[in-house]
Amino acid sequence: MGPIGANEFLFILQGLKWTALLAIIGFIGGGVFGILIAVTRVSKSAAARAIAAAYIGLFQGTPLLMQLFVVYYGVALVGINVSAWLAVAIAFTLHASAFLGEIWRGSIQAVPKGQTEAANALGLHYVSRMKDVILPQALKISMPATIGFLVQLIKGTSLAAIVGFIELARAGQIISNQTYRPLLVFGIVGTIYFIICWPLSHFGTALEKRMAKAAR
Amino acid sequence: MNYQFDFGAVFERAPELLWATLGTFGLAFAGMALALVIGVVGVIGRTSPNKIVRAPVIAFVEIVRNTPFLVQIFYIYFALPLMGIRLNPTATAIIALGINGGAYAIEIIRGGVESIGKGQVEAGYALGLHKADVFRLIVLKPALRAIYPSLTSQFIMLTLTTSVCTSIAAYELTSAAQRIESDTFRSFEVYFLVTGIYLVISTVMMGIFALISRRYFSYPTR
Repeated sequence: MGPIGANEFLFILQGLKWTALLAIIGFIGGGVFGILIAVTRVSKSAAARAIAAAYIGLFQGTPLLMQLFVVYYGVALVGINVSAWLAVAIAFTLHASAFLGEIWRGSIQAVPKGQTEAANALGLHYVSRMKDVILPQALKISMPATIGFLVQLIKGTSLAAIVGFIELARAGQIISNQTYRPLLVFGIVGTIYFIICWPLSHFGTALEKRMAKAAR
Repeated sequence: MNYQFDFGAVFERAPELLWATLGTFGLAFAGMALALVIGVVGVIGRTSPNKIVRAPVIAFVEIVRNTPFLVQIFYIYFALPLMGIRLNPTATAIIALGINGGAYAIEIIRGGVESIGKGQVEAGYALGLHKADVFRLIVLKPALRAIYPSLTSQFIMLTLTTSVCTSIAAYELTSAAQRIESDTFRSFEVYFLVTGIYLVISTVMMGIFALISRRYFSYPTR
């Protein structure tokens, strides 16, 4: 057994950096595409709605790990010479866009219909109606679920470890193999995830309670 | 793009994939069964008036829900032998899935139990119903109906999560896929097909759950 010294700990923190970066990129990229998915999902065209629904169903009906594998090897096949890091980031972006798209679809539909009608009566066109009236209200409604998904996404980045990407979980695995102290190392790694995720979860539930109270 | 797809090399291993699919089902059902047991026992603790009983259950739920399943399964994988429990990877995976799903089940079931108003139970007694009938008709069925959608989507989620059990080499679909990949080097083809199998599994489960819901839980409530 080896000791867990400053070097080992620093290595784990290096992994944390990649975990944070993956989660942030997945969340921002997924957010941008997620809005497109959500808006398509509630569009007037039945074909567009069906395509968005299929996209969401595909990502919600398959394991995240499989999505990582398929994108990871798929991107290489298309002949683009990308790094493992970019391939994984693309996979998380696609994954997040489907989940956020579905969450925001629900929030858009939860905005009272009178708001759309009022916007129409004011003569606002589609883009302005969405951007200035519907989406800001939908965003507020979606906050608890959006934060809930962010927690899920942060935990999900650990699966990049199985593809071979060195983030927090994989860093822990490496140190565990070196030091033969799996319980201590995975205890530390688990604690780091908890320190990040728990306040977020807590914030999300508090927000949900506050909004439920305000709605009553 | 001048890559030649070769799905044939993967189709040759179809029997292996089918058996592994059964393995995935086995993990999912056993894991869910354990999760339900943990869920029911946990709710009893979670709703106890005694804080000493309540606190560990809350801690368990918060820890499990705020750490990745991958870290949990590694921890359990290494912790069990130290506790003198020697199990094969598949049994270890079932325990990890059960513990993970159990934390979510506790919260879901608690929501269902709390959704039954006290006045309903009192109304049942006032109508002269037996204690057993009050529980069966007024508490259990509406509570089941209330938790059914979340519990079944949790079940599907748990089924998809079984893929992570490949990390400790449990017997299931993803580990079979990784084995076939390392034999054939047809990475994309293998994972593409196996993703399709998962999609079929989750779609069929969703269909069956919707059927059951329509059969048992579609009655007017007001």
